[in-house]
Amino acid sequence: MLQVLTKEFSSFLNSLVAYVVIGVFLVGMGLLVWVFPDTSVLDYGFADMETLFSLGPYVFIFLIPAITMRSFAEEWKSGTMELLFTKPLRDWDIILGKFLAGFFLVLFALVPTFIYYYSLYTLGNPVGNLDTPGIIGSYIGLILLAATFCSVGIFSSCITPNQIVAFIVASFLCFLLFSGFDSVSLISFWSANSLLVKQLGILYHYESMSRGQIDTRDVIYFLSIIFLMLSITKLILGTRQW
Amino acid sequence: MSLEVKNLTKIYGNQKALDNISFKVNRGEIVGFLGPNGAGKSSTMKIATGYLPPTSGQVLVNGYDVAEQPMKVKQITGYLPEHNPLYLDLYVREYLSFIGGLYGLSKTALKHRVEEMIELCGLTQEQNKTIDALSKGYRQRVGLAQALIHDPQVLILDEPTSGLDPNQLVEIRKLIKAVSRNKTVIFSTHIMQEVQALCDRVVVINKGEIVADDSLDNLLRQQGKMATIVVEFEGNVTREQLKALEGVEDAFVVEGFKFRVHAKEGIDLRPEIFRFAADNKLSLVGLKQEESSLENVFQGLTTGNVPS
Repeated sequence: MLQVLTKEFSSFLNSLVAYVVIGVFLVGMGLLVWVFPDTSVLDYGFADMETLFSLGPYVFIFLIPAITMRSFAEEWKSGTMELLFTKPLRDWDIILGKFLAGFFLVLFALVPTFIYYYSLYTLGNPVGNLDTPGIIGSYIGLILLAATFCSVGIFSSCITPNQIVAFIVASFLCFLLFSGFDSVSLISFWSANSLLVKQLGILYHYESMSRGQIDTRDVIYFLSIIFLMLSITKLILGTRQW
Repeated sequence: MSLEVKNLTKIYGNQKALDNISFKVNRGEIVGFLGPNGAGKSSTMKIATGYLPPTSGQVLVNGYDVAEQPMKVKQITGYLPEHNPLYLDLYVREYLSFIGGLYGLSKTALKHRVEEMIELCGLTQEQNKTIDALSKGYRQRVGLAQALIHDPQVLILDEPTSGLDPNQLVEIRKLIKAVSRNKTVIFSTHIMQEVQALCDRVVVINKGEIVADDSLDNLLRQQGKMATIVVEFEGNVTREQLKALEGVEDAFVVEGFKFRVHAKEGIDLRPEIFRFAADNKLSLVGLKQEESSLENVFQGLTTGNVPS
């Protein structure tokens, strides 16, 4: 598993992928949080990182599928899957290696945003007037959300040898999971169960975490989506043995 | 017993790729796996390496069943797939280290093996390039190096020399020969010279069935018993006329009035044909005894009749 992880991660670093992803994410977030008047914290007047956490997921919807689209699709296409399958590796080694490589790359992109926290901490009046538990909760939520999107991306990449298809499917699934269920719950047809439908989506759990309370139910929700996605991937890899 | 294929059958949809084939490759043997395109060579190898499941039957590698102990089998097998898939964006050294790492080689051992492989496979000059930048021949060597990196006991090579120039062919063959001591090697090809240069034994497969499993000399001798003569007349001659001649086993039309005639065992047909031409006042344009070559053996075995 570790070998696959290292190899995947170093191929992110050796290609432009890592730098473009981190660069685009940080430039985009930087503009949104500090520059654009509509969303800028400076114009908002409150020492609050809400912008990062409310817009971050939408940036991830495009960015994470772009990271993961290559992982299996390229291997199917170039035939290197046969190489991996004939090495002493379990399917889980391959899947987890690829999943974690994508996830770590996203973490790398997130780390520099800690500077935002420091800036806001110093800019606050009085200094340090900040909802730190809320921010920690939001970070944990965002990290879990990123992991979930990575698992969706890995799954999408596994079903097709075409990277563009993988990207579009992943983006769509991420969007659907993130806010789709929320929107669908508004349809009057299942108004009696609208909360249940809403709870199927990520947004409900994400918002709950950003309030600063780490509810095990929310954590379990994220982990089970990740597990589900990776298990389906495992199943698909296993179909060659049918 | 190093590699044993037992009653292996593989069916894709409604197409039977392998039909109950069995053969053995002993330790220290180099066996050539021959057959026309689509005969089932690659399927057999893919099953033997655990990439594809068999429909029925089993493959034993050093006594381990591929279906039951795939990890053990993969650990002791080196495999070069057809088309030689590689990670083009990696450096040669990086790629070999990655593959070696998958086999669980320790850090120092890995470093040592990578150096050794680079030297053995003649990659010294190319070692600092990405695989992308390598020519086909060098890529093939990288493929071979990755199959050998963990010093496997069993080596399965699927068309290791396809698409190489004659010089590279010779070098790759030399390399296979050099590393094959004390290993079990099976490789597929459709280049006959290669078999002659490398193999102790050949297994010929056609339409999913084994049509020959013998040493090279034996196969040649068998075919050699039947001398073949190519004869060309100017005038009107039919196949039946030739078949009626004494000592003729069979005759085939090549084109126009050119025939390929098989003699019965131990008979030289040339004087007989010459007399036949003279008697019938025909002009004999060509008369040639054909050497029995491995190509003929191959064609004879895989097409059911004799080459034309």
